[in-house]
Amino acid sequence: MPTPSRYWREIPQRYRLEAGKCKNCSFIMFPPRLVCPRCQSRVFNTVVLADAGKIVTYTIIRVPPHPFSDQAPYAVGIVELDDGVRLTGQIVDCSFEELKIGQRVKIEFRKVSQEGDAGVIYYGYKFVPE
Amino acid sequence: MREVAVLGVGMNKWGELWEKSLRNIFTEAAILALDDAGIDKIDSLIVGCMSSGLFTGQEHLSSLLADYIGQVPVPAARVESACASGGLALRMGWIEVASGMSDIVLVGGVEKMTDVSGHEATFALGTAADQEYECYHGITFPGLYALMARAHMEKYGTTREQLAMVAVKNHANGSLNPLAQYPFKISVEAVLNSVMVADPLRILDCSPITDGAAALVLCPVEVAKKLKKPVVKIIASGMATDTIALSSRREITWIESTFQAAKKAYAMAGKKPEDIDVVEVHDCFTIAEICVMEALGLVEKGKGGKAVEEGLTALQGKIPINASGGLKAKGHPVGATGVAQAIEITKQLRGEAGPRQVKEARVGMTQNMGGSGGSSIVHIFERG
Repeated sequence: MPTPSRYWREIPQRYRLEAGKCKNCSFIMFPPRLVCPRCQSRVFNTVVLADAGKIVTYTIIRVPPHPFSDQAPYAVGIVELDDGVRLTGQIVDCSFEELKIGQRVKIEFRKVSQEGDAGVIYYGYKFVPE
Repeated sequence: MREVAVLGVGMNKWGELWEKSLRNIFTEAAILALDDAGIDKIDSLIVGCMSSGLFTGQEHLSSLLADYIGQVPVPAARVESACASGGLALRMGWIEVASGMSDIVLVGGVEKMTDVSGHEATFALGTAADQEYECYHGITFPGLYALMARAHMEKYGTTREQLAMVAVKNHANGSLNPLAQYPFKISVEAVLNSVMVADPLRILDCSPITDGAAALVLCPVEVAKKLKKPVVKIIASGMATDTIALSSRREITWIESTFQAAKKAYAMAGKKPEDIDVVEVHDCFTIAEICVMEALGLVEKGKGGKAVEEGLTALQGKIPINASGGLKAKGHPVGATGVAQAIEITKQLRGEAGPRQVKEARVGMTQNMGGSGGSSIVHIFERG
């Protein structure tokens, strides 16, 4: 079981979608990095990601990893946000039949998983069809 | 750099080996390789293993395995690049011999995956993806490749049946390989009716959980000639990396690391895709083989599914792929896979592949891949 520090150090990204924008080439990286993978610059601004985008691809997980056992089946997709950044996350509040590539989704803050009945509850972003 | 040859190869039956430990599985393969090479002393040991720590609680394989193969105090290294750990071990061994640092290097790969439950194995394999930004959201490895499959189907019209045909072909080849975990044929209908794991991928699209090891001995070509052994040269080694997260790639359906590794290997070998007679690729999932064929330049981008359907990659086809049965039928003990691919190509080029022999194979290639394509390693072999 990870220590809480492993969880809270990612909170700016998971709760607030804070990303790094390269001051040199404007490439947006999520999570933020120390070196820009496009131009090797090391100077960034903190920006907040767009809160909506479209589905690039998706799947329905039928055989889940352990912390997600009680959630399966569930949809996971890669979404391209309106600022061009792509994120992996669950697509919720819709029937699997409705899902399609290119569909518009918005980001919502949700519970992601939990460590048993008394452990840490993990939160983060999920996608909901618009 | 010196020219490098494969002096001997060794592999045992793969499967769920309940009665054997990691150290014994590895030692059996190493003994077979040393006997095949006709030697009993090595200068160095390199082992590929993805996650002995999570699968068995054992790290420090350099010491453990050098000891159990009776070769201490030789230097030894364990290398890791997820499911490409075996290919990386081969590359490191190749560099060590080519550079002149060592003459005789034992290159091995091993994974003991059935000492933990299925859930724990799934977790261990998941560590090859981005823990904080992929796994955190409940994605699995079949899930990541399902994302690629869905995108490939949408973009290029690849069909569900074409994906199934990859597994059917590899099982047909695997039925001719007595060391394979699943040496039997399956049908397209069986794949299409098997349990759904991550839409559109079903269980028969997935490589299995396997215990297994593979080992080979590398030496300078001059030494192989002196020992009057059949000479199979490794004429190129290419490796490339890409983003660990699938979502960060520019194209979901394109495995850039394989393309880059192959580009380096083709240039080093002075070969083109059409010069290759037999290929072993990393078919961890059916869609992976299709994407890899394209990235290796064996078929045009987007035409992988069609090539499989037309039989181009069958044992009797124009570009036989995975004559061994591939990861799908032979099994996928992750750290051992890259080494076993090199063993199959060595056997093919020696003309020792029995009923699955590709006729007049002179030049062969292996492609081993880590994660969803975050690392790829390509080697090219030629009969001496």
